[in-house]
Amino acid sequence: MIALKIQDLSKNFGSTEVLKKINLKIDEGNFLVLLGPSGCGKSTLLNIIAGLETIDEGTVFIDDYDVSKVEPKDRNIAMVFQSYALYPSMSVKENMVFGLKQAKASKEKIEEQLKKFSNFLHVDELLNRKPSQLSGGQRQRVAIGRALVREPRIFLFDEPLSNLDAKLRVEMRREIKKLHQKLKTTVVYVTHDQTEAMSLGTNIAIMNHGIIQQYDTPENIYNKPNNTFVADFIGSPPMNLISGQLVKEANKTLFIPEGSGQSNNITIKNYNFVKTQDENSKDVYFGIRPEHIHYKKTNDNDIEFNLKTDLNEYIGHEQITTFNYFNQEVLGKFPSTIKIETNKEMKLFFDLSQISIFDKKTNNRI
Amino acid sequence: MSDNTTIASYKRLEDRSKITNLLLRWFLYFILILFASYFIFPLYVMLVTAFKTMPEIRQGNLLTWPSQLNFESWAVAWGGRGYGAGDTFLRPYFWNSIKMVVPAVFFSTFIGAMTGYVLTKWRFKGDSWVFLFLLFGCFIPYQAILLPMARTLGVLGISNSILGLVVVHSIYGIPFTTLFFRNYYVSIPNELIKAARIDGAGFFKIFFKILLPISTPIIVVTVIWQFTQIWNDFLFGATFSFGEAAPIQVALNNMVLSSTSVKEYNVDMASAIIAGFPTLIVYVLAGKYFIRGLTSGAVKG
Repeated sequence: MIALKIQDLSKNFGSTEVLKKINLKIDEGNFLVLLGPSGCGKSTLLNIIAGLETIDEGTVFIDDYDVSKVEPKDRNIAMVFQSYALYPSMSVKENMVFGLKQAKASKEKIEEQLKKFSNFLHVDELLNRKPSQLSGGQRQRVAIGRALVREPRIFLFDEPLSNLDAKLRVEMRREIKKLHQKLKTTVVYVTHDQTEAMSLGTNIAIMNHGIIQQYDTPENIYNKPNNTFVADFIGSPPMNLISGQLVKEANKTLFIPEGSGQSNNITIKNYNFVKTQDENSKDVYFGIRPEHIHYKKTNDNDIEFNLKTDLNEYIGHEQITTFNYFNQEVLGKFPSTIKIETNKEMKLFFDLSQISIFDKKTNNRI
Repeated sequence: MSDNTTIASYKRLEDRSKITNLLLRWFLYFILILFASYFIFPLYVMLVTAFKTMPEIRQGNLLTWPSQLNFESWAVAWGGRGYGAGDTFLRPYFWNSIKMVVPAVFFSTFIGAMTGYVLTKWRFKGDSWVFLFLLFGCFIPYQAILLPMARTLGVLGISNSILGLVVVHSIYGIPFTTLFFRNYYVSIPNELIKAARIDGAGFFKIFFKILLPISTPIIVVTVIWQFTQIWNDFLFGATFSFGEAAPIQVALNNMVLSSTSVKEYNVDMASAIIAGFPTLIVYVLAGKYFIRGLTSGAVKG
């Protein structure tokens, strides 16, 4: 069953178009992550789903019901905010039951829900404290609790972990994942953090400039990016985009990197083109992720190179090395156990089964 | 050897900086004491004069401590001498001022809070213009609105009444109170309002249940500000009221200026202190919040 559907949604702030014809669908029980750089419109989209922003064009459906004109409180949603947004003058308990009280739930019902979820989130001992007496993690837990007690159809999260320190962020991330596994409620989650998006989402919508660049599973987003924006946004370090030409010869397709003077080329095989390429030559980006550049042969699709190392960054569990490939920077990721020397030639293997090719003009995958 | 000389030179430098610091410190205290006495001096003269008898004052020793504490001048200033015509004393006017200042402070603060709330949390098209025009109100000199306001009060039929003064002060205070509350509410995250809306709270509920309870610092600032302004106001009081409806500052002026016989400095001083006392009390009681409210504003989490 489709829990949330967004149809041709547009939104302007004055003359700036924040969202342009957004279409999105999410099945019940799924975890949708809206991912993008700041200013891409993801938070606006979430606010529109919540009913906190008006719509200029298009429709929002929750459970097949058009809620475009419905008040936030009647949409059967709950939201968790980046700044927690706990009511400062109220105790944890009052914070958690505020919504239920507004909805005029019975005293027994309120007590029951409070008990159930404060237990569930381990905040029962904090019930009489004020938000100012809580740590960041506790505040976020209470904020989630406040959303949970109403047992909404859809949970909306607006960058809930951004205000936490790195360690706590990872912990809370796991807790949110557990929560979703247990409750199986539909979630829409906004973040600019790709790790969060990848680890939490069952579906990710990558947004930029008010347009959804790709809406897919985390695996597809990572392995088959739709365009150079997605390829560049996801992955750390991002995908190498080597500029060059795609040339069709009698019975094979070649990639000729820029600056190689035709002498050096890569034969493309086993690559699934989105559609058959008619042109004989085309300006393209050859995309390969740093982890698909190996220091030893791993499979038959690997092709061998000798490249000079320019820079080596050691990060503990791995090391990231910058190579000079016809004056284009190419980054590789290797285990930290091998020894890499800078300014030396190194034997490398590009795994051709993992590449992506993008049209230079449209920036789209071909 | 070189070590020893280095240590010695460091020691010399240390001693020198110690002496400089000490001298500067004393100089600082000297300046501070000088300015403090400059401000306290008039108050001291007022206080001792109020407790002196007239013969003692005539001896001309402004600074001497009263030979004995004489409370009569305070009684006269507050309750008069008891004879009929021409006896002006503060008591009725003190209550006039209280009756004026309490509702005027309440309404201007409340309206300012509401306006500040709307201007920050329920933004509408042109709201910044509204705020700008309200700000203009802070800069309109009192004199400029005397005539139009007198006419308005006349039309409303509330000239020369406490109610009239309440209305004038309430309206005149709105630009200032709005400015205070708007600047305070701007620092409160909008997510708080969003959360409350999702929880089902409406316009008034959000204001009364969520914003007002965390507005104590700015309420205190506004109340002190408005109380001082309204209590100390002379111009509006003198223009829009006379006789029995006058507030205390007008009465004080009448008392001091209209003495027909001898100038009773002790009574004048006592009256002035009584007239200034309530603002002093407000400061003492809420001063702590005043500083806090002016400097802080951000409410976290």
